[in-house]
Amino acid sequence: MAEKILMKGNEAIAISAIRNGADGYFGYPITPQSEVMETLMKERPWLTTGMVVLQAESETSSINMVYGGACCGKKVMTSSSSPGISLMCEGLSYLAGAELPCVVVNCQRGGPGLGTIQPSQSDYNQCVKGGGHGDYNAIVLAPASAQDMYDFVDTGFDLAFKYRTPVIILADGIVGQMMEKVELRPEKPRMTEEELKAIAPWATTGKSADRSYNFITSLALESDVQERFNQKLAAKYEVIKENEVRYEEYQTADAEYLFVAFGCSARICEAVVDQLREEGIKAGLLRPVTLFPFPAKRLQELSGQVKSMMSIELNLGQMVDDVKLAVNGACPVGFYGRQGGNIYTPDEIVEAFKKFNNLK
Amino acid sequence: MKEEIIIAGFGGQGVLSMGKILAYCAIMQDMEVTWMPSYGPEMRGGTANVCVIVSDKKISSPIVTKYDTAIILNQQSLDKFESTVKPGGLLIYDPNGIINPPTRTDIKICRIDAINVAAQVGNSKVYNMAVMGAYLKIKPIVSFDNIDKGLAKCIPARYADLIALNKAAIEEGMKAVEEL
Amino acid sequence: MNIEDIKKPENIVYKKTPILTDNVMHYCPGCSHGTVHKLVAEVIEEMGIQDKTIAISPVGCSVFAYNYLNIDWQQAAHGRAPALATATKRLNPDKYVFTYQGDGDLASIGTAEIIHACSRGENIVVIFINNGIYGMTGGQMAPTTLLGMKTATTPYGRDAKLNGFPLVLAPMIAQLDGTAFITRQSVHTAPAARKAKAAIRKAFEYSQKGIGLSFVEIVATCNSGWKMSPVAANKWMVENMFTKYPLGDIKDVLKQE
Repeated sequence: MAEKILMKGNEAIAISAIRNGADGYFGYPITPQSEVMETLMKERPWLTTGMVVLQAESETSSINMVYGGACCGKKVMTSSSSPGISLMCEGLSYLAGAELPCVVVNCQRGGPGLGTIQPSQSDYNQCVKGGGHGDYNAIVLAPASAQDMYDFVDTGFDLAFKYRTPVIILADGIVGQMMEKVELRPEKPRMTEEELKAIAPWATTGKSADRSYNFITSLALESDVQERFNQKLAAKYEVIKENEVRYEEYQTADAEYLFVAFGCSARICEAVVDQLREEGIKAGLLRPVTLFPFPAKRLQELSGQVKSMMSIELNLGQMVDDVKLAVNGACPVGFYGRQGGNIYTPDEIVEAFKKFNNLK
Repeated sequence: MKEEIIIAGFGGQGVLSMGKILAYCAIMQDMEVTWMPSYGPEMRGGTANVCVIVSDKKISSPIVTKYDTAIILNQQSLDKFESTVKPGGLLIYDPNGIINPPTRTDIKICRIDAINVAAQVGNSKVYNMAVMGAYLKIKPIVSFDNIDKGLAKCIPARYADLIALNKAAIEEGMKAVEEL
Repeated sequence: MNIEDIKKPENIVYKKTPILTDNVMHYCPGCSHGTVHKLVAEVIEEMGIQDKTIAISPVGCSVFAYNYLNIDWQQAAHGRAPALATATKRLNPDKYVFTYQGDGDLASIGTAEIIHACSRGENIVVIFINNGIYGMTGGQMAPTTLLGMKTATTPYGRDAKLNGFPLVLAPMIAQLDGTAFITRQSVHTAPAARKAKAAIRKAFEYSQKGIGLSFVEIVATCNSGWKMSPVAANKWMVENMFTKYPLGDIKDVLKQE
């Protein structure tokens, strides 16, 4: 059996990056995700795998270091929390506009503004709908455990290179700070120069005699050129929607009521489903693992089966819009949320659920 | 088996590391665990608490508001968490610095003078292990063997001599705990 | 004699470096960018490092530098080029990495990035074009605009009370331990261009010595933005810009006293 280690979600991100052949990490301290860089600095991967780790002067700089590294075809990443992600949105837009692969971890805290350092899911719209300017999407993975944090770094890099797109791991203060058992998967070495050439022939590695020079830009002053590029991105997003939707279901086979929740909220909703089933109420849970692409088709199917759906989020109601779009009026869709770093208890969700469904 | 534990006290009392060692001992017994700390400014000298859940099944919610056991190391934490123990549950506290002791009658209440135990063992740093020993005496959720393995996982090999010291504190804590 | 008779190798007195592409430059006639591009290209050719060079272009007139030099290019967000270069160099320590930035990009929106790249001692080259104005957006005030100088956003001349003072960056970063070579040059005459080229070459050589960041400021003209003929712009630069931004080496850690 593979070794299982007790670690925080944030530590799992760092250890996974090293073990999965990341080439570089560039970051800036912010609660509640600082353990990512702290762990990397403690591990000193530059002495073992050769991975570069650098503390930048700001999140703005971190994401642009990621941009530079990604231009070179390297597996590069950063992590931050909500206010820092706001600063990174410029860079994310450029990364999307230049079709560059990278992994960005957002360990969400409450906002707006400086907000609270406690857990939140209020960056759903920011990360799923874009965040930066222009028509773009990033693939968004929503981890619910330390193991997910570990695994999604590798999944994230795979998807990022497959589609030449930024991938966001949308975590939160709970998943980042909580320690759980993490199984260390077999290690992957860093890419060799040959592998890099094969997977990223577009990369700026120095113009060799066998090819014309590579340049990476997101600039297209001519409207027709820009529009063609926008259409190309749209086509790519359609392929991603077709092939990369991931979700988990819990007790949905005979469910009459469905909860929709991602990340830490999905775990709390599992307890809610158990509690309701003990009372004889057939509840189920759909946990979107990818928020973009969103499991709209599956929700559409389930809308014919259940009496109602309820989106449970640590915000004022953001994903609920996507749930409503997916079911398109086929069943009532409710919402329950907490904000400010407060976490709902299963009891309080049960109460909100009964109120919404007029159940005793 | 599922045990939901809150450990609370001052920063510096080893609250978070006790939770971590307890969680590791449970992992050695092949159980599922979650360890969820309070985090933020209170980590630096104020009150600290950590919720540890140990279960033989996959753990859904890592956030709970009612606990099977509360391990309480200062008055503020006692005031905050006494009411959160499930009826029939367990509250263990260190009486040092406690002016208003727990009053509930529907739970089991135990006392551990861990400062004294740590002094006997000869190192104030193993205070938290004396408390953990007291808890494991009342609720032996992990075997002695797995306590050894858990300690070995948490203490770097270069401090191997500390394992014996921690173990001594656990054993003395087990002896010193009083049921009220 | 026709043109083909003339075009023989033995008749060649000047040849464009192949590091410059055949694309027609979009720069205004009289602009300094073309000259600086050529100098950088010649240095790359002479050092034989085309395959080892990675360049970062800014936002501003030289955003399109990637159309003109036959090397691998990254195009950065406004002011962020030193951050891209930092990662590029650290991930590819054997490569020559340089940024090419104007004064709006480097000395205004990108001050944090350039100062911290200098402070960290990144082993990169920075080519800094200082013409005291935002060219591409239509001649607005730059941090380096001289007092009294008229621009689109200082139509009555730059006033210290309203707009603050010109930012003189090179001596500031010379104080940082992470910088190795800081020089200020110009390209308005052939001898000046030759000196500038030598400075660019030195900067590229230094970047492989692991001694820190090399910074070549080129005091330049923007005759369109300044609303002057190229000749008048050169004269104005010599009389006004050189007073505030005097030419010469500011720091050279390898120079023997």
